[in-house]
Amino acid sequence: MTGTRTIYVPRDAAARALGADAVAATLANNPDVTLVRNGSRGMIWLEPLVEVQDGDGPRMAYGPATAADIPAILDGTSDKALGPTDDLPSMKRQTRLTFQRVGVIDPLCLRDYEAHGGLVGLRRALAMSGTEIVTEVTDSGLRGRGGAGFPTGIKWNTVAGAEATQKYIICNADEGDSGTFADRMLMEGDPFTLIEGMIIAGLAVGATRGYVYLRSEYPDAIEAMQEAVEIARTSGLLGDVLGSGRLFDMEIRIGAGAYVCGEETSLLNSLEGKRGVVRAKPPLPALEGFLGKPTVVNNVISLATVPVILEKGAAHYRDFGLGRSRGTIPLQIAGNVRQGGLFETAFGLTLGEIVEDIAGGTATGRPVKAVQVGGPLGAYFPLSKFDTPFGYEEFDGQGGLIGHAGVVVFDETADMLGMARFAMEFCAVESCGKCTPCRIGAVRGVETIDRIGRGDAAAIPLLTDLCETMKDGSLCALGGFTPFPVMSALTHFPDDFAKAKEAAE
Amino acid sequence: MHSAQAPADLSAQVAAICAAHLGREGPMLPILHDVQHAFGHVPEAALPVIALALNVTTAEVHGVVSFYHDFRDAPAGRHVVKICRAEACQAMGANDLADAAKARLGVDWHGTTTDGSVTLEPVYCLGLCACGPAALVDGVVVGRVDKARLDAILEEAGA
Ligand SMILES: Cc1cc2nc3c(=O)[nH]c(=O)nc-3n(C[C@H](O)[C@H](O)[C@H](O)COP(=O)(O)O)c2cc1C
Ligand code: SF4
Ligand code: FES
Repeated sequence: MTGTRTIYVPRDAAARALGADAVAATLANNPDVTLVRNGSRGMIWLEPLVEVQDGDGPRMAYGPATAADIPAILDGTSDKALGPTDDLPSMKRQTRLTFQRVGVIDPLCLRDYEAHGGLVGLRRALAMSGTEIVTEVTDSGLRGRGGAGFPTGIKWNTVAGAEATQKYIICNADEGDSGTFADRMLMEGDPFTLIEGMIIAGLAVGATRGYVYLRSEYPDAIEAMQEAVEIARTSGLLGDVLGSGRLFDMEIRIGAGAYVCGEETSLLNSLEGKRGVVRAKPPLPALEGFLGKPTVVNNVISLATVPVILEKGAAHYRDFGLGRSRGTIPLQIAGNVRQGGLFETAFGLTLGEIVEDIAGGTATGRPVKAVQVGGPLGAYFPLSKFDTPFGYEEFDGQGGLIGHAGVVVFDETADMLGMARFAMEFCAVESCGKCTPCRIGAVRGVETIDRIGRGDAAAIPLLTDLCETMKDGSLCALGGFTPFPVMSALTHFPDDFAKAKEAAE
Repeated sequence: MHSAQAPADLSAQVAAICAAHLGREGPMLPILHDVQHAFGHVPEAALPVIALALNVTTAEVHGVVSFYHDFRDAPAGRHVVKICRAEACQAMGANDLADAAKARLGVDWHGTTTDGSVTLEPVYCLGLCACGPAALVDGVVVGRVDKARLDAILEEAGA
């Protein structure tokens, strides 16, 4: 064989969940190849996606691969051959900015990271003033990707303007929303990007310490992030940042299985070692956050998008998008779909394009019934709303939210009364307990939906009233937004709430 | 449960875990994770030791432990099977899968089989939503878990 041969087998949790480790095991002791455990390209329906590269040639994709496929893949006769990875239709249609390196590089190789554009943004930031960095991020139009969509530059400006002996950058990696995995894929596939983004945030606002609050449900991401931080520290990326004399260091902290700890003030309490109860605002975390100090709390994707903004410039990022939703969004396509996974694209595709075109319809082949966008607090969209363009204001205008950009598809067998009940049950299980409408209301909600399920139509107005009470009387979006999935299910799929009645009669 | 006097070795071990984290900002959760890792649960007897180290009341430590789903007050079975209950997995049949698991094990959520082999836990999303139904078996991710796959998993766990 001439030249070196590299085989890529993802270490991403989804690839592993589908057998990637068994595939990698067959290659580990093969002297003819170099095995790289990369992140996932995001086409989960093709995982484990094995890539073969000879010398500097194109990477050739094979998938979904099993250990038994490896001999044929190595001698070029496999019927799992898909052609060059970069030419796959799903890759060509994406605009990969935040995820430009995910699936491409060895996630834990800093040299590979730099060879693919890593640290360009940080080096530029080191030559800028804090104010200039904040302005650049503000000009990019980047809005928080954790759900609320608050402009990142404006948040940073508040923290930058606060006087304090210590400030913090806290990355919210609690990613509790069902149907979302962009944070996980980024942390497993390109952890240095998140570290670089946090350092730039630190330079921008004058913070020298950072924490990543990472959910315990992500063992693979925890491992990748912890290793990456170690490597960053020994290579002089963390500490005295690239020998610049500017200081920044960070730690990975593990959550303990509470959904509400994704809410930023609950997260701060949890990080401080308290019960993860939501704090009333004001004070804003930007002014009185972790241990009472000015704190940036940003989602993984918000922070991991900062390096590419600094690398390519605010205008490059801002030029993508729709209306007030600028740049790209990593869509996470999940549930009952043929082609599930991560698809980074400019804002503005319609929900119908996403579900029919990109997701390729349902996995079961049955017609789509409903699509939940934005996690467990997001509304269920019926087919009649498929022309809604993917953007913050556009979804808000349709009584929904894009949240962390999870798109969960259900086929016609879905029982929407059951989904409404689950939303209430989830709220009851995960409530932090501070507000009565959330803590007690959610339990009543389950009971009320059960009454409806037994054919008691008189309970429907009770459910509507209860949802109003929860909306008005809840401190945070857990209690306040649970009515969205519940009411959207009731409004758009009334038959599912009447069926039980017919059966009873 | 009355607050039992901690056996000396447990106290010493917990105190050592606390000492390792005391220099950190917000050491409580890292300590609790390590204690659970060491003992398989957070023993009642560990709470006063942690309280003393962190200069808070035992009631406060108890309040924190009880808030989080991850911390258990009794050891789990030899294997812990977590099945995702969240929406994307439901769209792929997670409810039926969970029912099958409960029936085969003869337990409800959080239950441990009588022979102590398996504890069944619900989990709300593992980030494997494009290959559901998903499960976490002793910390290892598994995707597209159908009934056959579930049977194989439980078989291997000895249940
Ligand atoms: C119940 C609840 C759960 C949340 N979970 C998360 C989460 O898992 N990850 C996240 O980034 N933001 C989550 N948020 C939003 C955060 O409160 C906050 O808006 C976000 O971390 C800010 O970062 P961003 O501006 O970069 O989006 C949640 C909010 C609520 C009310
Ligand atoms: S709405 Fe629910 S979760 Fe949010 S603060 Fe109130 S009780 Fe806590
Ligand atoms: S919904 Fe089950 S893994 Fe995300």
